[in-house]
Amino acid sequence: MSLRRPAKEQPENFEFNSSSLEAAKIIISKYPKDKQQSAVMALLYIAQKQNNNWIPLAAMKYIAKFLDMPYIQVYEVATFYSMYNLSPVGKYFVQVCTTTPCMIRGAYKLVEACKEKISENESELSNNKNCSWMEVECLGACVNAPMMQINDDYYEDLDKEKTLKILDQILKGETPKPGSYRGRVNNAPENNRKTLMDIKNA
Amino acid sequence: MLKDQDRIFQNLYNDLGSDVVSSQKRGDWIGTNELTNKGRDWIINEIKDSQLRGRGGAGFPTGLKWSFAPKEVGSRPHYLVVNADESEPGTCKDRDILRFEPHKLIEGCLIASYAVQAHVCYIYIRGEYFIDGQKLQVAIDEAYEKKLIGKNAAGTGWDLDVYIHYGAGAYICGEETALLESIEGKKGQPRLKPPFPALIGLYGCPTIINNVETLAVVPTILRRGGKWFASLGREKNTGTKIFCISGNVNNPCNVEEEMSISLKELIEVHAGGVIGGWDNLQAVIPGGSSMPLIPKEKCETLNMDFDSLAAEKSGLGTAGIVVINKDQDIIKCMARIARFYKHESCGQCTPCREGSGWMWRMLERMVKGEASKDEIDMLGDVTKQIEGHTICAFGEGSSWPVQGLLRHFKNEIKKRNKFDPIVKENKNIPYLVDQHLLDKNA
Repeated sequence: MSLRRPAKEQPENFEFNSSSLEAAKIIISKYPKDKQQSAVMALLYIAQKQNNNWIPLAAMKYIAKFLDMPYIQVYEVATFYSMYNLSPVGKYFVQVCTTTPCMIRGAYKLVEACKEKISENESELSNNKNCSWMEVECLGACVNAPMMQINDDYYEDLDKEKTLKILDQILKGETPKPGSYRGRVNNAPENNRKTLMDIKNA
Repeated sequence: MLKDQDRIFQNLYNDLGSDVVSSQKRGDWIGTNELTNKGRDWIINEIKDSQLRGRGGAGFPTGLKWSFAPKEVGSRPHYLVVNADESEPGTCKDRDILRFEPHKLIEGCLIASYAVQAHVCYIYIRGEYFIDGQKLQVAIDEAYEKKLIGKNAAGTGWDLDVYIHYGAGAYICGEETALLESIEGKKGQPRLKPPFPALIGLYGCPTIINNVETLAVVPTILRRGGKWFASLGREKNTGTKIFCISGNVNNPCNVEEEMSISLKELIEVHAGGVIGGWDNLQAVIPGGSSMPLIPKEKCETLNMDFDSLAAEKSGLGTAGIVVINKDQDIIKCMARIARFYKHESCGQCTPCREGSGWMWRMLERMVKGEASKDEIDMLGDVTKQIEGHTICAFGEGSSWPVQGLLRHFKNEIKKRNKFDPIVKENKNIPYLVDQHLLDKNA
């Protein structure tokens, strides 16, 4: 299990703004009538998005009331799943995959790059306060290893130099182009494609 | 090599576009109602004839699973749930289906929902695949617009709603009952089986859960016939499969190939060979991180299917092949996998929660050569204490890779860890608390 604790400094209040409310209502309509508790995961995402990419305890209380369920159950869900940030993270949140398939292709070089550019330790804000990074478990792009995720986007086929460049861009507040950084097409074997050639050449 | 016309996922590399019009050009959504008009029994029998086995890891026969759904819908509605929580290290096949062949999946959902009499289908996508989920959502919206799903979906007379539910970074939610808990808005902790989800599943209703790849191949099987699918591969290990080849190879890739293809062909032909040549190969993890590794000697002749890998005390799993060459420290690789399982254990059963961390700590010491000789056997013991003593298969998943390491690389660990806690010299240590460590014979 992973250790997950809510932040020490918490805002007093939290409320959905109008666009979040609208999104929440659409989510709830996906589930059967008396099963609105199912929407808790999606609502936590909405709260996280509204609140600069992290979830305060006040938001959990608000969602519990919103869905008419016990607060402790929302707390359980928020602390169980690792994608809910319980304390503030950077506007650019860098997650480096270091599980074995990425590790054997040099994922720890990416970690070095993050340490050099963003902060010495995981989950610490950069000097200009807009980035943070952490090591995560398999992100499911093993064929494109090593890779990292910045907010919702995947950056694939990296090495240390390319990572440093990407990090420079986000530190300046730019959003780099997601996808492969070796110019390969999706998950096809690079320069070695043996299948579906007629379609490729069509 | 499989002929190109026998490949089900023609758009695996997105040469053709994933929108509904290009998908229809490839044959998706053509005459879906003719397939359903042949009736539920025909569909289920055709899938049984094809000998399709679930592509999510366990390899359970899909036709058989569908036949477990109650024949009559009682007071409780039926549900279809699609498992797109692909988190097994080494596996990234479902992601390509979600983003490049979404209509194959949605059509498969419609046919499966018809076969098991479900009107609602939930697709559980791991939260990290948000962008790919958005692409699937676009495809779902297209399908609603073209009346391919919704009321009287694709002219089949069957109503179907398809919804996406995002996970939030918990590997355990790929376990089917944990996935159901997660959809119900709870922590993803697996349930005891029985009752099986086919009878008591989502919201206590009959629920059929299938992997993305399993459902996406269903329409093609029905169009071309179960016999065609069964003619590929070998008995009970039929059809095609997307293999993900990652790790120390020259051209890591996803490729759809015939089941039972040789591992050497996959690595040498499709993935461009091992970095440093075939002789530089150390070991291969054949089916995602939870399957025991296979040393080089056995890789020469190995065929990639459920039964041949089971005979090698490993398994096909998700067919995520991780190639490890001799430049890597094999103990370090397995220690990292143990750390993954330590991180992802849901914490419900004590053997798994405590054991996964224990294995990781021991392996980390073994990497540095700081473990004692006894610990090597103790590590084996711990894996046996976890395996089979947990609610779900995570216990096996976390202990099998360690067992694989011990089975094939025990000498490597022994060579590095020579430390013996018995104090041989300086016998006279009055302040030593652990008096039993003093060698009595010395």
